Amino acid sequence: MTDASMQSPETGRHAVSLTAADPRTIKRANAEKRFRAYGIIAIATGLFFLIVLFASILSQGIPAFQRTVVSVDFTLTPQQQEEAEGTLFKTKAYSDLFIAELNAELAERGITVDFDEAAIERLLGKVGGTIRTFYADNPDKLGEPIGFDLTASSRVDGYFKGRVSRDTLQDSRFLQLSDLDLVDALEEAGIIKQVFNWPFITGADSGVDNPGGAGIGASVVGSFFMMLVVLGLSLPIGVAASIYLEEFAPQNKFTDLIEVNISNLAAVPSIVFGILGLAVFIQFMHLPQSAPLVGGLVLTLMTLPTIIISTRASLKAVPPSIRDAALGVGASKMQAVFHHVLPLAAPGILTGTIIGLAQALGETAPLLLIGMVGFVARGYPDGFLAGFTEPNSAMPAQIYTWAARADVGFYEKAWGGIIILLMFLLTMNIIAIILRRRFERRW
Amino acid sequence: MNDMTRVERAVDSKDIKIAANNVQVYYGDTHAIKDVDVKIEDKTVTAFIGPSGCGKSTFLRCLNRMNDTIDICRVQGDILLDGEDIYDKRVDPVQLRAKVGMVFQKPNPFPKSIYDNVAYGPRIHGLAKNKAELDEIVEKSLRRGAIWDEVKDRLDAPGTGLSGGQQQRLCIARAVATEPEVLLMDEPCSALDPIATAQVEELIDELRSRYSVVIVTHSMQQAARVSQKTAFFHLGNLVEFGETGQIFTNPEDSRTESYITGRIG
Repeated sequence: MTDASMQSPETGRHAVSLTAADPRTIKRANAEKRFRAYGIIAIATGLFFLIVLFASILSQGIPAFQRTVVSVDFTLTPQQQEEAEGTLFKTKAYSDLFIAELNAELAERGITVDFDEAAIERLLGKVGGTIRTFYADNPDKLGEPIGFDLTASSRVDGYFKGRVSRDTLQDSRFLQLSDLDLVDALEEAGIIKQVFNWPFITGADSGVDNPGGAGIGASVVGSFFMMLVVLGLSLPIGVAASIYLEEFAPQNKFTDLIEVNISNLAAVPSIVFGILGLAVFIQFMHLPQSAPLVGGLVLTLMTLPTIIISTRASLKAVPPSIRDAALGVGASKMQAVFHHVLPLAAPGILTGTIIGLAQALGETAPLLLIGMVGFVARGYPDGFLAGFTEPNSAMPAQIYTWAARADVGFYEKAWGGIIILLMFLLTMNIIAIILRRRFERRW
Repeated sequence: MNDMTRVERAVDSKDIKIAANNVQVYYGDTHAIKDVDVKIEDKTVTAFIGPSGCGKSTFLRCLNRMNDTIDICRVQGDILLDGEDIYDKRVDPVQLRAKVGMVFQKPNPFPKSIYDNVAYGPRIHGLAKNKAELDEIVEKSLRRGAIWDEVKDRLDAPGTGLSGGQQQRLCIARAVATEPEVLLMDEPCSALDPIATAQVEELIDELRSRYSVVIVTHSMQQAARVSQKTAFFHLGNLVEFGETGQIFTNPEDSRTESYITGRIG
């Protein structure tokens, strides 16, 4: 044997210098280079699409966070109120007072522009009614100067955001070309301006003809109650099922079947869960339609497989030596699991749960079928329990509703809603990452 | 060492702690342990030696029913602890394991504090009425594990932060904390360096005064150093069982001789 290997130079293999690469080595090196290039191209493509996606979402959605308001300092004396209430057309009286105030402010700044009450109504809606309601609700504010921020109509908002221009505007009952002169004058006077759109974040949805007043707040609350249902049901059920399957269940054909089915369940299209929810929860059990409770139940069915799979994976990741150690000192199987295995698997379980919740938060299809889409969530639920049973919308359903509405003003709302939804998802994922980093344990 | 074991042999009045009669173990269709008869004496170190896969660890795990956790494992025959069949249906393996403690191949402290590692067993078995008693048990156990002096100032430190040898002695302390009568050790030094091994071996010799110790080892030198009785397993059979000195100097079976002299295994 030794002799044979000593003679190897004769075969010619070892005669080649190390600095001169042989053809096979060159081929292998090239193959590796090509593979690396493919990988870089794949990642670059992915990043490109991600950047395009984010850029378009941000550019389309950010205008939703701005709204156009006309802010006027307005003072109403008790005497003026009495007079206005005495007239036949009460709101017109308030409206006249407002126009007088607006004219005064414009004159103060040396700007003159012609406008009539109809123009103000096209710009700001029923101003008189707004003012009248305000003073009726707050009689103590009479006589004090109040800064009114009156939301401008969707077309005026669009004029500021570039959606509407003088060239494209056709005179209609919504806005006329002459109104834009007034808008320009008001802008010059600093009376009309763009401010941060808090009502979009905190407010409820508006009707189909008022995109300016639409807010996502109510559907955030709807999503929150759905997530409470999902968390409250899927976490205990999922964890209990995984612990039983992983630690206690015997290995046989039946448990194999269950395992396969759980994995398959994770791949079932979500619309199927939606129609199941419609048939079982609404038509059979007569739970209220459009309610976050039903939405939560449907999403629980969807989230369970995710939670079970990730929980089982994190239970499996706990080394068997820990179980042996616990059993070795005389712990029962349940003590070993609950005292030692479960605490070690907890970060993984939590991470899986948060990812599952994030998935459920963004799910739209099942909500289509249980009536959460198309419902106009005009207000917040009354109280905590009503939050579960009162009809409401959810964030993705609200976005879908807005996207489907005719008025272009809703289009930017849909994009803005997507930004809010993504921020929630991002927060949840960051929490999951922090949990994983923080409690990750190596053996 | 051999001299010492000869001296031990003269004192031949020890009680039988564990008696195994005609034990068979199956993993599914594999017959892993065949007809094993062995008598383990009290206050004695018994070593199981043999090549890898010979069934010595499997047999050890039968002695406190750790094999119950493996679904496909079946045990036949009698294993009597103080005359009671541990595979009797009425025996709760949890109670058995409190009496028959176990130390594993790889040190496996719980990822908790040193104190909690030792206190866990007494806590679940209700051995201490109050904190003071528990403190006492922990200190006593750590002393018996010959690790008290090294850790007494940092009982709150995590047990996983100790060195390998310290971890293994902590695991021994954890095992003795439940007041077992038998200590099973499954290759307790295989993951340790020679110095830590020497410390653990010294400890095993001390433990002999209180417990019946059964140690599985793949090191014949270790078996010769620490044990009084040695059992040689080969391919699932108990080939030879007897005084350590006799097994290593004058084996009766040719397979034992081949293994000890390094021709098989």
